[in-house]
Amino acid sequence: MSTYAQKKGFGATLWDFLTTVDHKKIAILYLIAGGLFFLVGGLEAVFIRIQLAVPNNDFVSAGLFNEIITMHGTTMIFLAAMPLIFAFMNAVMPLQIGARDVAFPFVNAVSFWLFFFGGVFLNLSWFLGGAPDAGWTSYASLAIASKGHGVDFYILGLQISGFGTLMGGINFLVTIINMRAPGMTYMRMPLFTWSTFVTSALILFAFPPLTVGLVLMMFDRMFGAHFFEAAMGGNTIIWEHLFWIFGHPEVYILILPAFGIFSEIFSMFSRKRLFGYSSMVFATVLIGFLGFMVWAHHMFTTGLGPVANAIFAVATMAIGVPTGIKIFNWLFTMWGGSVKFTTPMHYAFAFIPTFVAGGVTGVMLAAAAADYQYHDTYFVVAHFHYVIVGGVVFALLAGTHLYWPKMFGTMLNETLGKITFWTFFIGFHMTFFIQHFLGLWGMPRRVFTYLPGQGFETANAVSSFGAAFMSVGVIVMLINIIVTSVKNVKVGNDPWGDGRTLEWAIPSPPPFYNFKQLPLVRGLDAYWIEKMEGKKGMTPAEPLGDIHMPNSSFLPFIMSLGLFIAAFGAMYHVDKVSWALPVMILGLLITFGAMFTRSVKDDHGFHIHKEELMDDDDKGVKA
Amino acid sequence: MHAEEKFTYETWPAAPEKSTLEAKNKFLGFWFFLGGETVLFASLFATYLALKDKVPNTNMPLAKDLFELPLTFVATMLLLTSSLTSVYAMYHMKNFAFSKMMVWLGITALLGAGFLGLEVYEFSHYVHEGHKFTSSAFGSAFYTLVGFHGGHVAFGLLWCITLMLRNAKRGLNLYNAPKFYVFSLYWHFIDVVWVFIFTVVYLMGMVG
Ligand code: HEM
Ligand SMILES: [Cu+2]
Repeated sequence: MSTYAQKKGFGATLWDFLTTVDHKKIAILYLIAGGLFFLVGGLEAVFIRIQLAVPNNDFVSAGLFNEIITMHGTTMIFLAAMPLIFAFMNAVMPLQIGARDVAFPFVNAVSFWLFFFGGVFLNLSWFLGGAPDAGWTSYASLAIASKGHGVDFYILGLQISGFGTLMGGINFLVTIINMRAPGMTYMRMPLFTWSTFVTSALILFAFPPLTVGLVLMMFDRMFGAHFFEAAMGGNTIIWEHLFWIFGHPEVYILILPAFGIFSEIFSMFSRKRLFGYSSMVFATVLIGFLGFMVWAHHMFTTGLGPVANAIFAVATMAIGVPTGIKIFNWLFTMWGGSVKFTTPMHYAFAFIPTFVAGGVTGVMLAAAAADYQYHDTYFVVAHFHYVIVGGVVFALLAGTHLYWPKMFGTMLNETLGKITFWTFFIGFHMTFFIQHFLGLWGMPRRVFTYLPGQGFETANAVSSFGAAFMSVGVIVMLINIIVTSVKNVKVGNDPWGDGRTLEWAIPSPPPFYNFKQLPLVRGLDAYWIEKMEGKKGMTPAEPLGDIHMPNSSFLPFIMSLGLFIAAFGAMYHVDKVSWALPVMILGLLITFGAMFTRSVKDDHGFHIHKEELMDDDDKGVKA
Repeated sequence: MHAEEKFTYETWPAAPEKSTLEAKNKFLGFWFFLGGETVLFASLFATYLALKDKVPNTNMPLAKDLFELPLTFVATMLLLTSSLTSVYAMYHMKNFAFSKMMVWLGITALLGAGFLGLEVYEFSHYVHEGHKFTSSAFGSAFYTLVGFHGGHVAFGLLWCITLMLRNAKRGLNLYNAPKFYVFSLYWHFIDVVWVFIFTVVYLMGMVG
């Protein structure tokens, strides 16, 4: 099995990826699919900004505009940001704890394919009669009234990909609890691993309410139920609660891994141990916990009453405290360090003021009485883009540069990387800073146009101009990726030279079994400790022996494909077309058949023998 | 392959459900899964409570007109007993008594099937009284909550039978012991959920 380094044909490579259960390859799949959806969502954003660049514009119609904003938000959150985060979690977390794979490699593949088919399903709406148009929050009164199948695509697409995410969360939790290398205690885990852990717990408890909300809406729209229909005794606010009980933890699901990536970057490129490690861990856990207590701050204007609003306002503001702790720890990490301004460090540096601005507007919004002014204006749009783009997307771009060599064995070009950074950074602030003021001046969000003479022209033009800059940044990054991949200059274990954690102690990319011998972890920043003592690599914790590995399988793909097919049946069943029910049953049969096969067919995996591992050494594959 | 290693009563470990890494992972992962399921049912319960007795007109039956204790009590007893029999099954699993385990699992499945039968009868009875999935928000919420539970029972039955058939000929080993164990966890879980349904939906429903 030591053939992984050899050249393969295209067909073989494709089959390899379709059947893989290796966390590193699944990471690449997440990166590619999430990256493509990021481009789609970005294109939608550009369309929004073109439409709003000048008053009374008719670049797109009002109806199409609603579809575009809905798809932009939904795609960016569920199909771009989350999968890209999953890409890094998959690529890095098992390596950071010294594991050979995740706890359930098969389930890991199922997670990916469910996300993928859910995302494809959602985006097919563009070609099959129109996309969803009730906003990414899909409030029930709007969504129930929405004509056509747009919202059905939203419901079913998110349902399918949501299952994948949930399983991924469980998988990572078990991996971190059960599969840490000898000596890797909880308080020696790198912060990215910690944030993966807390994020996974958030996923576990936040996704079921979304699942329920989507099921209820599916029943209402497709099977004649009346959860949200006031005339039949229903209540539209139930959706808002379920959605935000999911939705607010979701924003922390996005930002905590971003915090994790930045924590790694700050300490790597300040070449210092992370300041206040244990308070960082504490703050991460606390943010995760508080994240569940604040959902109603999205519903201040719904009319829950002053007592509920006050409680949720105070709870929301409380989250600023652990977040502040983190900010100061990052600053103190740089303080007195020998800071190296690599591309990832550029993003990390820019992240701090940007995210603080987003946090400040967050606390402003949390003042319930004041929120009656801000709510549903561009001020909110500015707030969440400051935290999501300035926090999450900056981290994803930084992470792409940081971990590219670990994932692909070659370094992205630093000059192009810095060009991307500067154009993206300037473009971002140009686009969104002015939107705070647009909101305060009274421009509502989710409107497809505005009239001249209201004082919105200049600000909107500036904002659209900024979007062009951001696009240039992304294009430069794509060029960077292509150039780098063509040149394909191979790098060693620790290409940045400043690696501190276990992933930098093994080759880039690592062999498929990751660690030939599990490493012995002697403290926080395990690899750094060894380097400081003049050792070249980690001390093994076990003698060289056989390694047990899972078999690859095509079943995850088939399982997910079944649900994808069934979703079409469920959706067109409403139109009373004759093939709908059979298609739904067929799809479910495929899925359950695949599950059944998995259950009755034993799969014990295989062993790599000691002799083969020794062979690898002779071929010069270091481990 | 070591997972298929043959055991005797003497060599069988004390905690076969947790004695390999795979088994430990499965065990822990399943507990987390049940954590997620708890939130799922909590959301359904909340929805039900918000929509209880919310009907479009006054001719429609409400909870206190519909529910009758005898039927649901029998159903509850069937399911509670099945939880007990699955405990017996796991007791024999830990003692490496394969055929006794199979017998108790079979009884568990039968009790579960009896419960499902009663539920189907109950639902059709309500539909006759005008309490339908599509007739009111109350109906939608009721059938969704109780039906989700029923669906879990049905899935559990299929799971139990599949496990029994698949392993009928090969006895216990460290590969399938955790599978049986995890099934029993699941079965207890749906039992606990039912206790809440019995309390919140039926008992509290009859009170008014
Ligand atoms: C100190 C931290 C934060 C506070 C106090 C805060 C507070 C708020 C409040 C009160 C709102 C509702 C505004 C309204 O609709 O009128 C809001 C909206 C929003 N926030 Fe935050 N937030 C914080 C951090 C974050 C982070 C870290 C993210 C994401 C990574 C985020 C993403 C969002 C999003 C997406 C919305 C808008 C949802 C929508 O209506 O479409 N926030 N925030
Ligand atoms: Cu929020």
